[in-house]
Amino acid sequence: MTNLFNYIDRPSPIHRLTGACKLVCLLLWSVAAMTSFYTPLLAALTVAALILFRTAKLRVKDISFTLGAMIVYVILNNVLIYLFSPGHGAQLYGSRTVLLTLPGRYSLTAEQLFYHLNVVLKNACTIPIVLLFVCTTNPSEFAASLNRIGVSYRISYAVALTLRYIPDIQREYHDISLAQQARGVEMSKKASLIHRLKAASTILIPLVLSSLDRIEVISNAMELRGFGKGKKRTWYAGRDFSAADWLSMAACALLVLLSLTLTALNGGRFYNPFV
Amino acid sequence: MEKEVLISFRDFGFQYTAQASPTLYNINLDIHRGEKVLIAGPSGCGKSTIAHCINGLIPASYPGKITGSLTVKGEDAVRQGLFGLSRTVGTVLQDSDGQFIGLTVAEDIAFALENDCVPRAEMHDTVDRIAELVNIRQVLSHAPHEISGGQKQRVSLGGVMVNQVDVLLFDEPLANLDPATGKQAIELIDDIQKRTGCAVVIIEHRLEDVLHRHVDRVVVMGQGRIVFDGDPDTLLCGDVLESRGIREPLYVTALKYAGITPTPDMHPASLPALTLTPEQKSQVQAWFSRQPSPAGREEAPVLLEAKNIDFTYEGGHHALKGIDLTIRRGEMLSIVGTNGAGKSTFSKVICGFEQPQKGSLTLEGADLTALSIKERADRIGYVMQNPNQMISKNMIFDEVALGLRNREVPEEEIRPRVEQALKICGLYPFRNWPVSALSYGQKKRVTIASILVLRPDIILLDEPTAGQDFRHYTEIMEFLRELNRQGVTIVLITHDMHLMLEYTPRAVVFHDGEVICDASAAQVLNAPDIVERAHLKETSLYHLAMQCGIDAPEEFTRRFIARDQEVRK
Repeated sequence: MTNLFNYIDRPSPIHRLTGACKLVCLLLWSVAAMTSFYTPLLAALTVAALILFRTAKLRVKDISFTLGAMIVYVILNNVLIYLFSPGHGAQLYGSRTVLLTLPGRYSLTAEQLFYHLNVVLKNACTIPIVLLFVCTTNPSEFAASLNRIGVSYRISYAVALTLRYIPDIQREYHDISLAQQARGVEMSKKASLIHRLKAASTILIPLVLSSLDRIEVISNAMELRGFGKGKKRTWYAGRDFSAADWLSMAACALLVLLSLTLTALNGGRFYNPFV
Repeated sequence: MEKEVLISFRDFGFQYTAQASPTLYNINLDIHRGEKVLIAGPSGCGKSTIAHCINGLIPASYPGKITGSLTVKGEDAVRQGLFGLSRTVGTVLQDSDGQFIGLTVAEDIAFALENDCVPRAEMHDTVDRIAELVNIRQVLSHAPHEISGGQKQRVSLGGVMVNQVDVLLFDEPLANLDPATGKQAIELIDDIQKRTGCAVVIIEHRLEDVLHRHVDRVVVMGQGRIVFDGDPDTLLCGDVLESRGIREPLYVTALKYAGITPTPDMHPASLPALTLTPEQKSQVQAWFSRQPSPAGREEAPVLLEAKNIDFTYEGGHHALKGIDLTIRRGEMLSIVGTNGAGKSTFSKVICGFEQPQKGSLTLEGADLTALSIKERADRIGYVMQNPNQMISKNMIFDEVALGLRNREVPEEEIRPRVEQALKICGLYPFRNWPVSALSYGQKKRVTIASILVLRPDIILLDEPTAGQDFRHYTEIMEFLRELNRQGVTIVLITHDMHLMLEYTPRAVVFHDGEVICDASAAQVLNAPDIVERAHLKETSLYHLAMQCGIDAPEEFTRRFIARDQEVRK
């Protein structure tokens, strides 16, 4: 399925956890990683994330595209931080150890490097967990999971349906685009921007109109089978929490607690090796 | 004992809020438990509106003014509302793709149960039981795109049966199915009704296909009123069908041509039950020998030639396996086959939307493979199935002129060319109208005009008559035939057997990426092995010929079609 969910079905303890549990864990893990700049904690989380990734029997080549995109994002993020505030590290850690003198304010400091290390670690400990969620959660369980953590079932279902129809709409866009190209609509880079915008409208108008038809059919079909009549609904693909689920969520909650405690004990979010 | 009345219309009328006059007038209709009723009629006769009233979409989704009364299981329908009615009436919609809501078969069947807050364990049991009933057990964990059209319809049926409904309502169940699957669907409906004893209401204009299995009553609608309500044998002996533009079964027409007036005691509603006296059989035989054999066509020069075309999609699906096909100038031919047989892929290759890995494609001897999509479109026009997927301008004139303007043809040349195309398509009086004011069939003609204006040598049409009733079908096809007479070569991709039989002298059958038959439509439909592999259906003429002891059913079919064409003109 060409879907946002790149579900890879391999038997593993992570796959056996329910979708709702994984969603809760993902959220808690992210909170733990976001609130803290405590380097040893971030390093430990990164190691733990990589171990979990292995436990789920995922291979790097399964997710090479997404991983590549995320690495590009991390690099870009770091480059921009350095461009706009090369002195941020020195300011944070209250000291300035110049390692390499460069023109203007761009001299490289040990504090700045350490700050960047923290940024990279923060990403490195969350990215594997996000990928873990995306690759080990059966798409069928997704709407049920959202609903489980308190999102209204109408919204949960709407999100799940949208994700599901994206590939259909992509296919339709492709077909319409070919038929319009046959009528001479120029889509290539040879045409000017205004031309291409006009060309896009000759595809988007039919696409929107036929999508509206589709929405009418789906919403009628859903109502005819009783969608929306009650305040609650049950889920065929949902699962009850097992002991492993409760344990995993408790562990992630402890992580958040640990992260907050460290911040409190440390008297700030930052672990400072310079003073 | 009189059976329980499940649905009862009394002096019922309905007018949509957006319309100036009512769609339904004075409807009086009772449907009993265990009854199987077909509601037939041309597009716009009000049959779908009746269906929407029964399942509650009227007035919940389509508001309007109701007069008279409609009770379902003794209770007022409007008071029960959409959700209340869904406990009694299960609706299977026309579009089994749009109806597929769950991500897998099992989830889709369970959808109504989920909404009723049925506990999960009970839900799994019910889904298993229903899946057994509609025979879909082995694909429970499959996604919609992994199963066939026939299986999708079984899923739709299962999805409404979980509610233990008393009435099953089918809204044009045959519209999106190939002939063989349509036949199975009618058999499935019959089987389910016998096993559950519920009432079945089928809304459909394809009378002959529904009559493949016994129907208790046929209700014929015309302009918002019930014009006939009775048993199918009586219906076929009267003249209601003709006056309402519904096609009677071909074998009944054939009997009439042979000079036999059908009577109810002949049981004309069912081909297996049809009883003919020896005299009547010889009447049919005599008609057959009297009727001249239609002349064949002479061979025109080759226009398009595909040689050994091989195409594999990126995912590895080997869609075309060495296709050889020659199309001659001035031909009108149909390409038939199941979904996934390769017909659409082949048309994409011809239009240049996909590049074959092997093989050659020439137009009048010149190689096509190097031409871009746009350059090919000057010679080969492609009309998509759904006109809404092609129309992007507000005004009809602009829509038709789009291709010329994109090719930077001078404006003074555009006007006469567009006007000419509009005249050919019968749209000239509407040239300054907005597209939105047109009917579906007229929109289809706008898309054909917008291709025609580029003056291609060949026009390729994908399912040109899908979802059209007999009158619109005839209108579109007569128009295409007229274009063909004016010299345009026409290729039709279709599921419709009547279409191939009546309008295209030649039929090319695709199966699993190969051409398995390239012959006259009558030959194809009288070759049982081809019919089976390509999911077609033998025509009833074949069986009639057999019953009358005519051993050339193919020739019988050809002569019938020739005669029918003359009569209908």
